[in-house]
Amino acid sequence: MKTLILSTAIAALAAGAALAEGHGATVRMGTEGAYPPYNFINDAGEVDGFERELGDELCARAELTCEWVTNDWDSIIPNLVSGNYDTIIAGMSITDERKQVIDFTENYTQPDPSAFVAVAGNDVDLAGAVIAAQAATIQASYVAEMGATLLEFATPEESIAAVRNGEADAVLADKAFLAPVVEAEADLAFTGDDVLIGGGVGMGVRQSDTELRDKFTAAIQSMKADGSLNAMIAKWEIGEQF
Amino acid sequence: MAAIFSFCSDPASLEGIEWLSCYLTTGKHLGIYWSIGTVLLLLAITAPVALFFGFAGASAARSRILPIAWFGKGYTAIVRGVPDIAFFLFFVIALDQFFEWIRHEVKCPDWDMPIRQGNDFVVCPEAKLPLGTAPQWVHETYGFSLAVLTFAIVFGAFAANVLSGAMRAVPHAQLETAEAYGMTQRQTFWRVLVPQMWVYALPGLSNLWMVLIKATPLLFLLGVEDIVYWARELGATKTAKFTDYPHGDWRMWYFLALLVFYLGFTKVSEVVLDKIMSRLTRGQATAAGEAQRKAAA
Repeated sequence: MKTLILSTAIAALAAGAALAEGHGATVRMGTEGAYPPYNFINDAGEVDGFERELGDELCARAELTCEWVTNDWDSIIPNLVSGNYDTIIAGMSITDERKQVIDFTENYTQPDPSAFVAVAGNDVDLAGAVIAAQAATIQASYVAEMGATLLEFATPEESIAAVRNGEADAVLADKAFLAPVVEAEADLAFTGDDVLIGGGVGMGVRQSDTELRDKFTAAIQSMKADGSLNAMIAKWEIGEQF
Repeated sequence: MAAIFSFCSDPASLEGIEWLSCYLTTGKHLGIYWSIGTVLLLLAITAPVALFFGFAGASAARSRILPIAWFGKGYTAIVRGVPDIAFFLFFVIALDQFFEWIRHEVKCPDWDMPIRQGNDFVVCPEAKLPLGTAPQWVHETYGFSLAVLTFAIVFGAFAANVLSGAMRAVPHAQLETAEAYGMTQRQTFWRVLVPQMWVYALPGLSNLWMVLIKATPLLFLLGVEDIVYWARELGATKTAKFTDYPHGDWRMWYFLALLVFYLGFTKVSEVVLDKIMSRLTRGQATAAGEAQRKAAA
């Protein structure tokens, strides 16, 4: 009896220590909520999309309790670094520039083709055009490097509106985001060739949070191995599979 | 999703008023109605706190003790000079880290890792504010309180400037008379200066109030969802794939609704401020006070 009590006590202590060592029970997932199909706010007012489904599955596999929060894209990295949430899961491509500030898990999408969209029937010379993109994205730095005139907007929605009202000649964004828009709007069409930028989308974590990063990377690897990640990519029409 | 009206189960088949009433009662729209409450609550708390900060700042700037006067003047000068958006991005984060650092020092004295690791700010889990295990509403309340504090500090600096101008506008003869009656410094300040300064301060303070009403979109930088965030989110183009209520770019309509809301709010504020002004003018040695006295006679 005594040994039973003792071993229970030790088990409880060990569990308590593990809990204190880890991150507490809850991991806060930061997202933008304005970039379908990756992440968006559904009719019920909740975060939904490819990354919601993926994130919930990853949390289940890593045995973490996760909570979803939305944050402005502009301040999404500073708020992660200062600890307002623990991960960024917001269609953020892995780039060297961002790696200087935060760490990424293994990528959960292939480098996603980005595409140009212009007003249908309008033949745009992309090299000399005015091109809209969301601020602080890989697409924005790509436009700046290709020599075209860059027009930055705070939200993806505004960058598309800029093309429709003639402020910009074309918009550059992830193809998976633009495809449903082009499908729904007859006056917009893809133009030029797709471009491959970035190193795929990964989850951003603080550089000091190696334990959390490794847990999520392991979960992503297990989803890659059993094909469930590919199924999710196909379901949300994200693009290339693994 | 539980719809409020029973006929909302199949939105695609609806038209006109029925579609609209379903559309306007989705869970997402409840978010914007809720955020109106958030904004009003923020204003209701921030305005008095900012006024208090302003009063403290203005009184400090008048102090005869030099360090206190420097503090009061430094506060107004620095805060008024820094752009709001920079203040919100950096000051709030710094404030949050300051609180966590203090808790860290108190709660985890034998923590051996550095707090600054590259770009990261790492304190022990027990010092996190709020705790990592706290439910979402605690995080939201904490973010909201930080926002209130920041708004109060920023607008308090402007209010301090307005109030110190108002204190100087009170006729000097009034203060000299008070002294001649044998009142102490403190008595002169509280019994003569303060009651008379409000009438000079109110036009400037009412301007600040109007600016404060429209400054709430800064909240989203802290992750607090205000009405402008929701108007932008709800008005954005929705394709049929991701919603039961697809529509084009409706931001114009949502911002039009916001315009009406803000204009209405401004009108109400003006009416209330006019009432306060006429109350404060009563018995004052100003032109308006004189006019009031004559009208009553």
